[in-house]
Amino acid sequence: MFEAVIGKRSKKILNIVERGAVKKFAEAVGDPHPLYFNIEFGKKSRYAANITPPTFPQVFDYGTVEGLRLPEAGLIHGEQSFVYRRPLRVGEAVYGYTVVESYVEKPARSGKLGFLTLKRVGEDAQGEEVFHSRSVIILTEAVRRGMADA
Amino acid sequence: MKLGDLKVGDVLPPLRWPPVSRLDLIKYAGASGDYNPIHTIDEAAEQAGLPGVIAHGMLTMGRMGKLFSPYFEEGFISSFSTRFTGMVFLNDEITMTAKLVAKTDDVLTFQVEAVKQTGDTAARATVVFKLYDAMD
Repeated sequence: MFEAVIGKRSKKILNIVERGAVKKFAEAVGDPHPLYFNIEFGKKSRYAANITPPTFPQVFDYGTVEGLRLPEAGLIHGEQSFVYRRPLRVGEAVYGYTVVESYVEKPARSGKLGFLTLKRVGEDAQGEEVFHSRSVIILTEAVRRGMADA
Repeated sequence: MKLGDLKVGDVLPPLRWPPVSRLDLIKYAGASGDYNPIHTIDEAAEQAGLPGVIAHGMLTMGRMGKLFSPYFEEGFISSFSTRFTGMVFLNDEITMTAKLVAKTDDVLTFQVEAVKQTGDTAARATVVFKLYDAMD
């Protein structure tokens, strides 16, 4: 049902790794490590800077893929992964975009389940990848029926 | 303790979280920008057929990061992949464990689990931790 958008990507969006946002995020996940937001601690670390928690890229804007329609309710987050070349530093610029990677349907007890995989990429100002993530979103039969009716 | 000194089969100090509160979920919604109301508003959760609000899977994954943040002077997480295997409700008590399952000169692979007080698993993750010294 997503055939038309498989392989499509969004335009790159500029994000800045904001110090306040990193602190708020670290506190919200219960991991207020000084490496994330204490300036002195960061300077003395091997990074000579503060870095972000590993799941922080969730807050970035990765743009919207033209033609990708998802229901507002009923989506299940099945899997999530992050792959890093290096940690992200507070203050740096990240250019984010989304790629619709795949969609498969598999039989389950409650009818067929749909698995949509979105890849998100974060690049530096030179266009080098710093990280990418993959989200697997599960769509139940009821949710897909709702989409077909819409 | 240094991660590089661990042997396959060793575990990190486990994390025991206080019972999940609504405020935990509101704070994570605000910090992450994920305002899906099934995580914060009872009526929305009930409309979705849930017995009550459920925690963001990404809150559980985010909390898993705390197992490793004490060691970022030694290396970094190069890969972190999680499967969300069970829903987390208000007042659930989550314990997180990490076990070293594979080791090369510069790469440590951990199996991470978030288990509820019921014994059910909420999430399972694989964390690949790259050591700097071996890379230099």
